[in-house]
Amino acid sequence: MIWKIFSLIGLLLTIVPAILVFVGKLQIEQHYVLMFIGTIIWFVCTPFWMLKKKAQ
Amino acid sequence: MGKGKTFTEKLDALYEFDREPVTKDKLQGAANFMGLYAGEHVAGTEFIIGPLFVTHGVTALDMFLGLLIGNLLAVLSWAFICAPIAVRTRLNMYWQARKIAGPGVTFVYNIVNALMFCFLAGSMISVAATAVGLPLGMKMPSLQDMYPNSVQWVLVVFVVGAVVTVLAILGFEKISEFGKIAAPWMFLVFVAAAIAVLPMLGVHSLGDFWAAANEKIWTGVPVAGQSKFTIWHVIFFAWFANLAMHLGMADMSILRYAKKWQYGFFSAFGMYLGHYVAWLASGILCAAALGNIAPGPIAYLGAGVAGAICVIIAGWTTANPTIYRAGLALQTVTPNWSRWKMTLAVGVITTIAAMFPALMMKLLDFVAFYGLLLMPMGAVIFADFWLLPRLGLQRHFAEVKKLIFSWPAALAWLVTLVLAFVIPLEIYFKALPGWFITVLIFLIASYIEQKVVHKPAEVK
Repeated sequence: MIWKIFSLIGLLLTIVPAILVFVGKLQIEQHYVLMFIGTIIWFVCTPFWMLKKKAQ
Repeated sequence: MGKGKTFTEKLDALYEFDREPVTKDKLQGAANFMGLYAGEHVAGTEFIIGPLFVTHGVTALDMFLGLLIGNLLAVLSWAFICAPIAVRTRLNMYWQARKIAGPGVTFVYNIVNALMFCFLAGSMISVAATAVGLPLGMKMPSLQDMYPNSVQWVLVVFVVGAVVTVLAILGFEKISEFGKIAAPWMFLVFVAAAIAVLPMLGVHSLGDFWAAANEKIWTGVPVAGQSKFTIWHVIFFAWFANLAMHLGMADMSILRYAKKWQYGFFSAFGMYLGHYVAWLASGILCAAALGNIAPGPIAYLGAGVAGAICVIIAGWTTANPTIYRAGLALQTVTPNWSRWKMTLAVGVITTIAAMFPALMMKLLDFVAFYGLLLMPMGAVIFADFWLLPRLGLQRHFAEVKKLIFSWPAALAWLVTLVLAFVIPLEIYFKALPGWFITVLIFLIASYIEQKVVHKPAEVK
């Protein structure tokens, strides 16, 4: 469950900063950084539950 | 004939695992098909197809409406043409075609398919190379570049091709799993990148979007040297982008696991996420990059390093299984080469192809050509399954008569391709009349084969 929550955070960091750039609340450079962090979180955490689910 | 038999045995051995119809306990649920289609159709090539529509001067209305209609037609083709036969036979396309046309014809089909796979994988490697070359300051290929534009481009493509090939040799299953993990993230990167660049196009609220879409993105004016696309181009391209899979029946290999034929409608997840949202998103990125169409730079503009990583992963995860499958198919013609040697050979062909930016810049034409080339075998399967019994003719004639080479399917395929290239239509539109031509020729030829060449009494 905890890994799924982390994966969700990764996805939120991928999409939400872009929306904040669109509404003028964030600089695009900050969005690049947050999205990169989101990417790392997604790829580190997702295999723990997605591959386990597949094995079952 | 001895040689033919060897080919047949080798070809059958490749598909041995799939020889029997799928049993009830192996059938898959709806969620699997949603995920599969959504993952498969958000690929590296989506980064280049969206921008190519922009360069062909599509208008905003034509783009939104054309993709809506074209993708709907694609979904209907999966649901009403491919899926019903897949769930009734529970066989993959190879075995179904083999029953109708004989192993000689499916052998040729396999080779053509494998070569097309090489070029398709080549375009994906080119896409990935545009992202790998970013930190190196590589000169990106432009729309007019048909040949390698720099030594650096050749070297970067070589490295990307080498890595993809080695990984395909080492193990395709793990990479396939990695692709599944990446799929939801990749889709969001497409969307996020497009949203983030909207302010660069003067869009600061949803109300600004349509004006900017018409004036700055899909302006209706083609780039110099590109033909003008109408709504018909958009509809037909979207419909036939996966022609080999739906009307061409290649997706029988997937849909034979479906519990019901209605699962064919789940292809909508791939079409509307990948071939609608992702194509629109990459078109927006292209416009924000002032017409630059190289996938690496436009993804970087919208999503920074994550965007560049997305292009690499999208290109890599889709090129990998494609190279693997091409290697598998070509194994039938090699003198007992091991699988790794064949995959290496395919990797070399693919990498050399990828060095030519023409493959990427003319991707729309290539995709249309690829579908047209493979579609006739699907039309033959359709006609054999639904129409031959209604005409009092025998289904699966090659299997019944134990023929290595049943000529009606081969003739229908060949004549359709010749006629398709003679028909004075652009390549995007040739497949529709081509499908009917194949069906007609196959029916007439089957009648002659079954009623004239082989006496009716001989047919069980």
